Amino acid sequence: MFLTQKLPYFTLMQNKYFKSSLTATFLLILILNAFNIKAQSIADEANSVHGYFQIDAQYYKQDTLIGAPIVPEKMLSNAFGNINYTKGKFSAGVRYEAYNNVMQGFDPRYKGQGITNRFARYQDQLLDITIGNIYEQFGSGLIFRTYYEPGLLFDNSLDGIRVISNPVRGLTLKGVVGKQRTFFTVGPGIVRGFDGELNINEALDSMAANIKTKVIIGGSFVSKNQPDQNPDFVMPENVGAYSGRMNIIRGGFNFFAEYAQKENDPAAANNTTVGGKNYFSYQQGDAMFLSTSYATKGFSFLLQAKRIDNMSFRSDRDATLQNLLINFLPATTRQHTYLMPAFSPYATQPTGEVGGMAEMQFKVPKGSALGGKYGMDITLNASQANLLKPINIDDSTTTSKLYRTNYEEVGNELYHDFFIEITKKFTKKFKGTFMFANQFNNINIVQHNTPKGPYKNVLANIEVIDLTYKYKGNSAIRMELQGMQRDNKDTLNLGSWVVGLIEWTPNTHIFVAAIDQYNYGNPVENLRLHYVYFSAGYTSGPHRISLSYGKQRAGIFCVGGVCRTVPASNGFAISITSSF
Amino acid sequence: MKKIILALLVVTAFAFTSSRGDGDKIPSSTVKKLDGTKVNTSTFSNNGKPIIISFWATWCKPCKKELDAIQENYADWTKETGVKLIAISIDDARSAGKVVTDVKSKGWDYEVYIDENSDFKRAMNVNNVPHTFLVDGTGKIVWSHNSYTEGDEDALYENVKKLAKGEALAH
Repeated sequence: MFLTQKLPYFTLMQNKYFKSSLTATFLLILILNAFNIKAQSIADEANSVHGYFQIDAQYYKQDTLIGAPIVPEKMLSNAFGNINYTKGKFSAGVRYEAYNNVMQGFDPRYKGQGITNRFARYQDQLLDITIGNIYEQFGSGLIFRTYYEPGLLFDNSLDGIRVISNPVRGLTLKGVVGKQRTFFTVGPGIVRGFDGELNINEALDSMAANIKTKVIIGGSFVSKNQPDQNPDFVMPENVGAYSGRMNIIRGGFNFFAEYAQKENDPAAANNTTVGGKNYFSYQQGDAMFLSTSYATKGFSFLLQAKRIDNMSFRSDRDATLQNLLINFLPATTRQHTYLMPAFSPYATQPTGEVGGMAEMQFKVPKGSALGGKYGMDITLNASQANLLKPINIDDSTTTSKLYRTNYEEVGNELYHDFFIEITKKFTKKFKGTFMFANQFNNINIVQHNTPKGPYKNVLANIEVIDLTYKYKGNSAIRMELQGMQRDNKDTLNLGSWVVGLIEWTPNTHIFVAAIDQYNYGNPVENLRLHYVYFSAGYTSGPHRISLSYGKQRAGIFCVGGVCRTVPASNGFAISITSSF
Repeated sequence: MKKIILALLVVTAFAFTSSRGDGDKIPSSTVKKLDGTKVNTSTFSNNGKPIIISFWATWCKPCKKELDAIQENYADWTKETGVKLIAISIDDARSAGKVVTDVKSKGWDYEVYIDENSDFKRAMNVNNVPHTFLVDGTGKIVWSHNSYTEGDEDALYENVKKLAKGEALAH
């Protein structure tokens, strides 16, 4: 529905937008360059050109048993290339992206190819000006962060102008204005932001030389503007958000806190449908993020807490999923890299959540009974996230929804992850990592955003053994054995798994690996399948090529608490990356 | 197609006297020290001795394996060649708080910076971590390597030694 309405508009805009903006960029670069040549010192600076290319392609075979769909094109590919040019204080760059067609598991609105990013920048001691596609973050990003994550195809760059200035030592001022990238065009809303940060110790300069405590404070204001075209309701055309932050560091102690508020912002991402009727939320939003740590050689402790209430902030009130987000709400759970602990990851719930994480790491010293000849690293980690407990205070005369929440009360559990990880080197050639984890996941809300959905909550015990044996200097064999025990009667969540992996690196250029993920606990007997996958790769300096073949289970891939679901697939894949 | 050609022209038009990326100076970006102080990356230096720049993240297993492996011999490397390792964390707000705890509890003796919104990562055209660069005594980037497998640290050190002696590098 959404697709068919929006696509013709997007394709129409695509050409017009990029032709005009490209011409403008070209002219501006010319002007800036002319200016550079006048300033002899800059003209004498050396040029440099850097680039990066990545091509991923996959050939898909249908596999009804594992749920790999028919792909009409048979082969799909994602590719992009960055080229950056630097000459002294001036730099410029472009990125070209091509999706023919976009691979499974990404938004199909990434269709076709074109220039999706171009910028020009001039920076000196006093001023730093960028025009074009801008990546910027205020504080921890609670009200403003634009970034690019090719693995997720996430790019919310601000197409506009950014000015950064350091008028006095220790003070940084930033201003941005523009519209955000969405697929091959920009979103409808204008985003304006301002941020100030003061490093008090730097500002005090010599006076602060003896002060051991370092203090950095900052504050931001971000506002979006989008015309109200709703015939029935009054939508706020300007929505503001503000935040304040503080960072105190003394010795091994580090304390960071940020608090943000957002004005009422009825939008697709926070409305509710009850009995076929759409209720808009005119609620204000707020978010808090605290991180405190103590670290000394061989020991560290980290404590993080976060509370988010109605903080989805986008430059289009109709946008959903990961589109046109202005802010970034980090997940305070650990991002796992082993397959089984990463099976059911946590994703931030922008409508409301409260959570925290505590982590302790220490090194058992060399020479001790437990540490042996090389010592031993131990990590203990516990994290949890819960819903808020909203109390409805509905206004029955209008179709708007209001609620209030208390800081003392928390709602149902969404996720927990308790784990211990031990890394030990046994001999000069042999080392291993061992992990045990216990995880809980409210699949309905965390993965499907349907509070009353059909999925059961999942509780899992997970074990990981990862052993590496090094021989003949540069050669190594690595083995992984992982197990995950879950309720084997739960048909929607696939039950228990066991994973075996073997990886051989005969030298530093080549790797060969085989992996088998066995769903032995699937409640349906003929779905107790082996997902076998082979891969091999060649690396030479900044170039890398890898090939893989086999079956991959459906899964979730996350970066920084932002996730995408990847459907099951069976086939052959190739990936090439290169930088110069 | 016209758009692409035009865009490529825009970039190449200014690259008239440029050679390949190898041999370039470290680009200018702002990163943060662990005490929150901002540092411009173009000021990285090591008194005429080589520098290793290693991009890593707290959630990246191979990155930490590489930095652990180097740490075992880092004291010897420094003594023999004067090399310095600069570790650039690309962790975002989710895990940036974990950088200092990882570095200290692992006992790494490196110079560590946080590149929280990936400005330096983009300027260096790094897309996947670990990505390691070698900078010679004059501040020029002369070598880079993507990914980590066991034994890569030995190949890296061979290059560091050559660089310290002023010999040509193998990729």
